[in-house]
Amino acid sequence: MRHSTRIAVGPVQFRIGSDWRAPVAALERLYAAYPQDAARPADATVRLFAARPWRRWLRPSVQIGGDFVVPDALPLPLSMGLLAAEMGMNLQVALGWRRHLLLHASAVARDGRSVLMSGVSGSGKSTLAALLGEGDWRLMGDEFTLIDPASGDALAFPRAVSLKNEAIAEMAARVDATRLGPLLAGTPKGDICHLIPRADAVAAMHEPARPALLLFPRFGGATAIERLGEGEAFVRLTEASTNYTALGEAGFEALTRLVRAVPAFGISYPDSAAGLALVEQLWAEAER
Amino acid sequence: MSAVGTFVDLLAGRRDAAMLTPRDWDGVIGVARAEAMLATLAHQLKGAALPAPVAALLADQRAAAEVATQQALWEAEMARRALASERIEFVLLKGTAYAAAGLSCAEGRQIGDLDILVPAHDIGRAENELLEAGWEWVKSDPYDDAYYREHMHELPPLIHKARDRMIDVHHTILPQTHRTTPDPLALVADAAMTESGFAVLAPADMACHCAAHLLADGDLQGGLRNLWDFHCLTRDFAAVDPGFWGRLDARAAKHGLRAVVHRAARLARDLYASELPEGWGRSNPRDRWFRRRLLARDDWGHASDFALQQAFYIRSHWLRMPPLLLARHLWTKWRKRAAG
Repeated sequence: MRHSTRIAVGPVQFRIGSDWRAPVAALERLYAAYPQDAARPADATVRLFAARPWRRWLRPSVQIGGDFVVPDALPLPLSMGLLAAEMGMNLQVALGWRRHLLLHASAVARDGRSVLMSGVSGSGKSTLAALLGEGDWRLMGDEFTLIDPASGDALAFPRAVSLKNEAIAEMAARVDATRLGPLLAGTPKGDICHLIPRADAVAAMHEPARPALLLFPRFGGATAIERLGEGEAFVRLTEASTNYTALGEAGFEALTRLVRAVPAFGISYPDSAAGLALVEQLWAEAER
Repeated sequence: MSAVGTFVDLLAGRRDAAMLTPRDWDGVIGVARAEAMLATLAHQLKGAALPAPVAALLADQRAAAEVATQQALWEAEMARRALASERIEFVLLKGTAYAAAGLSCAEGRQIGDLDILVPAHDIGRAENELLEAGWEWVKSDPYDDAYYREHMHELPPLIHKARDRMIDVHHTILPQTHRTTPDPLALVADAAMTESGFAVLAPADMACHCAAHLLADGDLQGGLRNLWDFHCLTRDFAAVDPGFWGRLDARAAKHGLRAVVHRAARLARDLYASELPEGWGRSNPRDRWFRRRLLARDDWGHASDFALQQAFYIRSHWLRMPPLLLARHLWTKWRKRAAG
C-alpha cells in the first residue's frame, strides 16, 4: 500500500496501510508516544483503500479492509479516515483475536485491581473511563478489555479514546488541547474526537490488573444501583464478547470465574459527576 | 519474493522460517489469514524456531483451531442424531470428513459449513428430518430456491436456528448442469467408516472430490487451501497404499474427472512439492494460468490480478451452466437487481 504505519495497542501489533497519506498521518499523531518495536511482526492488518480507482481523488471514500472485513460495509468520506482506521482496528481485534476473552467493555485500574464497565454504544462507558483516567485511575481502555483465561486477569487495550458528542466538550474542558485529535463532525456515529490516553496509561499497558468490580452503566435517568446476580452478569457478558463462542471451554471457564469472583452492578446516572460518584462508592464497598 | 510465494514455500518446506525478516512475517501472516490458512501454517511450523510474537500468535491459532474442529464434529453429531430416527445414511464431505477421519490436512484447517452427501432418493426425507430438528432455510427467494432444487447438487443452504451453523446437503458433488457428472451412487456405495462412526468417501473418491471442488466448481477462491488438502490427502493415502495413484487415476476416469485430478496433482507438485508417480507429471502450458490465479494476492493479503479473477469467475459459470441456462439465469438476476 502507498502509505502505512505500525501501532501496538496492548498485546496487539497492527499494521495499517492506506491509499491516502491523511489517515496515516492522523494515526501517527495520536499514537506518537506509544512504544514502537520494528522487529515485531504484525498480528493484524488493516487496509484503508479506494473501492474504485477514481475514488482516490474524486469524492474520495475510504473502504475498510484487512484480515477480516464486513461484507457490504459502506465506505466513509476521506475526512473521516481516522474513524475508518479505528473501525478497521476494532474489527480485526473483535474477529481475529484468540489469546484472550474479549469483552466489549471499558476499564480502569487502581493498585493493580480493575473496574470493568460494559455497555452498548451510548451507555457512557467510554466517557466514564476517560474521566476516571484523568483522575487517580489508570485508563486501561474505552472499548475492549481482554481477560486472560489462564490467570483471570484483565489486560489493557488503551487505544485512543473515542469521545462522542457531548463527551467531547466535557473532556476538552479538562485536558490539554494537544491530547485531542481532530474533530470528526457528522459521522454515522455522531461527532467524534479522539483523546490520547495519559502517558502513564500507555506506559503501563502491559500490566495486568485483577478484576474487582463489574459495572453495566446506563447514561440517563435517576441515580440507581442494581445488584446483578452471577447468571445475569454471565449472560450480559456473553453478549458483550465477540469471541466467547470461538474460545469454547476456555471462554466459558474464564467467564464463569469472572462473574463468580467479581461483584456486578447495573448503574444509572443522570450526569457524569453522578456516574463517577457511583463508581467510587461501589469501589469503596468492593474493597471492604 | 512475494509474501504469497514465501507462504507457499513455508508450507512446502522449501524455506527455513528462521530466515524470515519481521517484514516478511507481516506479509506471510496477512496472506495466510486471507487464505484462512494461518492455523494450517501454525501446524506446519510447530516446533520451528520462530520470533516470540509469531510463535505466540501461531500457538493461539492452533488452540483456536482445535476448538473449531471440535465444534464442527459436534455439528456432524447433531446431523447424525437428526437423521438417525429415519435411518437415513449420509457421508461426511470436505473439512468435517477430514477431521472425522483424522487426516493430516485437518490439522488447523478451517471448517465452514457442514457438508454431507445423501443418496438422491433420500434427499426429501433428509430435508424433513433436518427441518424438524431445528434447521431452517437461509434463502427465502423463490427463484434461488427453485434454481437450487432444479439445477444444483445440493439443497438450498440450511442454518440451525439455535447454533447458527450451516449445513449443505448434497446429493452429488458437482451441479447437475455441470459439463462433468460424477457418479454419486459409486461415491455412497464405496464410502468408508471412520473410527468415530461416520461415513466418509473412500480415499480415491475423496481426492477426486477435492480436485473437483478446487478446479471444477468455482473460481478458485480459497484455492490454496483446497490444493493443500489435495496435497496432504494424496501424500498420506499413497504412503499407506502403494497402488493409490493407479486407483485414483481409474476412479477419476469413472467420474469423468481425470483431467481435473491430473491438473490438481501437477499444481500440488508445482506449489507444495508433491511427489507424483510416473505418468502424472506431463506439463500443460495452461497450468500457468491456474498457478497465477492461485497466487494472486499482494503482500497486504489483498486479492490481486482483477482481470484474471474475472476470467476464472466467468469460467466457473461456463463449466457449471449450459449457455441457454446461463443466459436465462443472468437475465433473471439482472432484472431482480434492476427492480431491487
